[in-house]
Amino acid sequence: MNKSNQIFLKSIGIHKISILFFILSIFPTSFVFANKCSNNLSIKVVDFHDGSILSNATVFIEEINISDITNDKGEVSFNKLCPKTYTIKVSHDDCNTVSIKINIRENTDKLIKLEHHLDELDEIIVLSDLNTKSKSVFENKITRETLESYTNSSIGDLLKTIPGVTSINTGHSLAKPQINGLHSSRVLIFNNDVKMEDHEWGIDHAPSIDINSIDKISLIKGAGALKYGGSAIAGVIVAESSKNKLRDSIHGNLFFTGTSNGRGGGIASSITKTTSKGWYTKLQGTIKRYGDYNAPRYVMSNTGLSEKNFSLKTGLNKIDSGFEIYYSLFDNETGILRASHLSTAQDLIRAISSPTPLVVRDFTYNIDAPKQSITHHLAKLKAFKKFDFGKIDLQYDYQLNNRLEYDIRRGNDRYKPSIDLELVTHSVSIDLESKISSKSNLKVGIVGKYQNNFPDPSTGVRRIIPDYKKYDLGVYSIWDFNLNEKWLFEAGLRYDYMNIDAYKYYKTSFWESRNYNELFSHIVLEELANQVLTNPVFDFNNTSAIIGTKISLDNNDSMFVNYSLASRSPNPSELFSEGLHHSSARIELGDLRFKSEVGHNFALTYEKIKENYSLVINSFVNKIDNFIFIEPVDIQQTIRGSFQLWEYKQTNARLFGADINFNHKYGDYFVFTHQSSILKGNDLKSNKPLRDMPPASIKNAISYNNLRLNNLKVSLESQYVFRQNEFPNNNFEVYVPTTETFEEVDLSTPPKAYHIMNLKANFDLFIKNNFPINLSFNINNLLNTSYRNYLNRHRYFTDDLGRSLSMLIRYKF
Amino acid sequence: MKIFKYALLASTLIFASCSDDDNTPDPVNEEEVITTMTITLDSGSDQVELQFQDLDGDGPDAATVTVSGSLTANTVYDGSIVLLNETESPAENVTEEIEEEDDEHQFFYTVGSGLDVSTEYTNFDGDGNPLGTTFILTTGAASSGSLTFTLRHEPNKPNSGLEDAGGSTDIEVSFDLVVE
Repeated sequence: MNKSNQIFLKSIGIHKISILFFILSIFPTSFVFANKCSNNLSIKVVDFHDGSILSNATVFIEEINISDITNDKGEVSFNKLCPKTYTIKVSHDDCNTVSIKINIRENTDKLIKLEHHLDELDEIIVLSDLNTKSKSVFENKITRETLESYTNSSIGDLLKTIPGVTSINTGHSLAKPQINGLHSSRVLIFNNDVKMEDHEWGIDHAPSIDINSIDKISLIKGAGALKYGGSAIAGVIVAESSKNKLRDSIHGNLFFTGTSNGRGGGIASSITKTTSKGWYTKLQGTIKRYGDYNAPRYVMSNTGLSEKNFSLKTGLNKIDSGFEIYYSLFDNETGILRASHLSTAQDLIRAISSPTPLVVRDFTYNIDAPKQSITHHLAKLKAFKKFDFGKIDLQYDYQLNNRLEYDIRRGNDRYKPSIDLELVTHSVSIDLESKISSKSNLKVGIVGKYQNNFPDPSTGVRRIIPDYKKYDLGVYSIWDFNLNEKWLFEAGLRYDYMNIDAYKYYKTSFWESRNYNELFSHIVLEELANQVLTNPVFDFNNTSAIIGTKISLDNNDSMFVNYSLASRSPNPSELFSEGLHHSSARIELGDLRFKSEVGHNFALTYEKIKENYSLVINSFVNKIDNFIFIEPVDIQQTIRGSFQLWEYKQTNARLFGADINFNHKYGDYFVFTHQSSILKGNDLKSNKPLRDMPPASIKNAISYNNLRLNNLKVSLESQYVFRQNEFPNNNFEVYVPTTETFEEVDLSTPPKAYHIMNLKANFDLFIKNNFPINLSFNINNLLNTSYRNYLNRHRYFTDDLGRSLSMLIRYKF
Repeated sequence: MKIFKYALLASTLIFASCSDDDNTPDPVNEEEVITTMTITLDSGSDQVELQFQDLDGDGPDAATVTVSGSLTANTVYDGSIVLLNETESPAENVTEEIEEEDDEHQFFYTVGSGLDVSTEYTNFDGDGNPLGTTFILTTGAASSGSLTFTLRHEPNKPNSGLEDAGGSTDIEVSFDLVVE
C-alpha cells in the first residue's frame, strides 16, 4: 500500500465539522461537589447522522494544554480536572477545529455528536482549507436545522433568516431574495455549482430551486466571491447538496408537512447510497400542493401553489480524481392573486382605495389565470483531477428554463400563455486550485457560456423579451496569503466579456419617438407596417476585483475588511423592454444605450464568539455608478384608459447600512437572539431615495432548549418592521371620466409599521436504532395581525398572510 | 474580443442539440388588442358616428377621437358598438368575440354633467344581465358634455353600475357630445 493510499484511507473517515451538537448528557455520578481537582471527564465522539464512532479525533483542553486522541470506541478521558469551565477543542484530521465549553463540577461523561457537511470529492482530499468562498469576506451560513425547518417554503423565505436579507415579493409564493436592498440580476444564485439562468432579471420571477435538493446554503454579501462571477453587485447565494461519505451505507430522510393556511402541505424525501470505494448515488424528490392562502380577514383568491421537483446525483470519488453527474427538475405552478390583475390606472385607483381585494372568492385548490408555470431542467457533468501543482476541476452544465405566464384573456386565447420563454444555457468551466506555498493559495479559472432565448410568438402577445443569443467569457484569479495567525490577505481580479445578439421588433412609433431611427439606423433589418425588425448586437467588457483582509484579533474576535469592485452588463429587460407589462399594469421601456453598472462596495464585518454569546456586525457602503433603475415618467392614454409609463434609467446610487446578529445564552436552557438591519439608499443625481429599499427591522427571539426533554425546543419570535419613511414620491394624478374627477394614484406611500409574532416548538420522538423522529409545530403570525409589507408588490391589493399553523415530521434513516 | 466569441461558438458547436438557425423571428400580431371603437347612433333620419382609433396600442402615438356631428334634441337613437383590431389584416372584429362571451363582459355608459341624454341596454347575456354592445340613447334638451363608454372584463353580474361592477377595464373612452 503506497503512501497516498494511506493518506486516502485516513482521510476517508474524515469529514469537515461545521456544526456541533452536544446533545447529551451529564450523568451525575456523585451528589457531592468535589471541590478538589479530582474530576474525570470522559468524552465520546460520534457521527451525528448514523451514530458511528469517530476514532482518531483530537480532543484538546486549552486551559491545561493537554490533548489526547479518541480510541477505537471513539472515547477519550481526562482526569484530575478542577471544578471550573474548560475549553474543549475537538478536531478530526482535515476538519475545522470546533471548540465548546464544559463546566466541570463532578465526574462528567460527555457525548459529542459531530455534524459534518462531508467534503465533496473536490474538497475532501487535500485542499480542505480552500473551502471558503472567499477568505476576506464574511460568509453567512444557514444551519442545517434552519434549512430543514423551511422544507416547505421558498428559498426566498429561507434566506430572510439572514440579517440584511429581505425579499421582493409578488404575493406570498413568489419571493425573490434581496440582499442589502438589491435584487434580481445583482444577486447571483449558484445551485450545485451551476449559476442559475432562470430569467432572474424579472422582479416577479422567483428562483427555480427546490429547497429540499440542497443541504447547505450560504450567502456572501457584496462582490467578494469572484470565482462565482463579477456581476454580483449585491451578493452571491451558494446552495449546495451534501457531500458523500466514503463508506458502505444507505441513508436518507422523509419530511412531511401540513399547513393550515393554504390548507396544504408537502412530502420531501431523499435516499443516498454510498460505497467505500467512492461511488455514490442520491435520489431526491419533493411534492407540494397548496390552495388559496388567506389574510386575517379574507381569502386571497387564486394564490395556490403546486410544485414537483426531482433530482439525481451520482458519481465516483477517488483519491486523485473523480466525477459527478447531476440532474434536477423543478416544476411549479403558482397562482397570482386574482385581484392584482388590473388593467389601467383607473383600475388601480379602485383597487388601492378598496379595503378588501376586489375579488374575494371561496377557498379553492384550483390555480387559474393569472398564474406562472415554470419548468427548469439543470444538468451538470463535473470531473476533477489532482496534479502536483494543484487540482483541476472541469465542468459542463446545461439549463433549460421554460417560463409560461398566463393572463386573463379573451376568446381563443383564453388558455394560451401571454409569455412563453425558453431559455437554454450551456456553460463550460475550468478551475485550478493551487497551494503555492504553505501560506498562500492561488485559484484561477475560466468560464464560457452560450445562451439562447426563444420567446414563442404563438402567444399572440408581443414578445416582452426578444430572441437573443448571448456569449459570455470570464477569467479570474484569486490569491490569498496567510501572513501569520493574525493577518490574512486576499486579492482577486476578474474579467468578463459579454456579447448579446438579439432580434427585436420595435413599434415604429416608439422607434421614432426615441430617435432610434437615427441613432441605430444600422441595426434595422426590415420595416413592416407598424413594426421595425432590428438586430441589436452589443459587446460589454467588465472588470471586477477584490482586495481584503481578515484580522484574527484573538481566539474570539475577527474582523473582515474588504473592498470589492463589481461590473454588471445591462440585462435583456433593461435593454429591450418596450410595451405593456401586464403583471404590473404599466408600460415599461428599456434603453439600448445603457452601459455596464459598476459597483464599489466597502464592507467591514466584526465577529465575536464567546462562551455565552456571539455577535456579528456587518456594515457596508455600496456606491454604484450607472445604476439601472426604473421610474415613472409619464401617463399614456390608451383605449383602455391611462397607463403609467415607466422608463429604465441610469444614475449613480449609494447604499449604506448595517446588520447585527447577536445570540446570548442564559443558563442551561435559554437563548436570546437578536437580529436587526438598517439601510439607506439614495439616487445621487436626483438626491431622492431609491425605491423598494427595505425598511429597518428588528427580530428578537427567546428560546428554551432542553436536551434532556427529548431535545425539546420552544421559541417565541417577535419581528418588528418599521415603516419605510424614505421613498421617492411617484404618485400621479389621472382623470377618471366616469366620475369626471382627477384622482391620485398612490403607488408610493409605504404601509405602516407592523409587528408579528411566531411560535415554534419541536422535539424528538426517539425510536429504534438511534434514529429520532422529529416533530415541529409552528404558528406563524400568532396574533393573526393584519399587515402589509412594503416589499410585497401585492400590498396595494391585499393584506399579507394571516395566522398559519403548521406541523412538520422529520424522519432520518 | 471577437476571438473569444469564436472560441465560444466553436466550443458550443459540440452541443448539437442547439441548432443554430439564422432565420429571423416572425413578427407577432397582437391578437387581443382593440385599436378602434366605432359607435353608430342612428335615429332613422339622422346618423352620428363616434370613433376612437389608436393604431399603435400602447405605443407613444396619440389616438384620434372623432365625433361626426351633433345630436338632435328629444330624439331616440339606436346605438351599436363595433370594436376592431386593426393591427391585423384584415381587421379583426372583436365585438363578435365579446358577444360570444357575453356573460363575462358588460358595457357601461356614463353621462357627464351637463349632457342631457339617457341610455338603456338593448342586448343581454344568457342570464338576462346587460351586455350593452347595442343600446338606445334618448336625447333631452339642447346641452353638451361627455359620454363615457366603459367595457369591463369579468365584472360582477348582476351589478347596479360601475360602482360595484368590479372586473378589469378593457375600454374606457369619452366623447364630447353636443345636443342641439
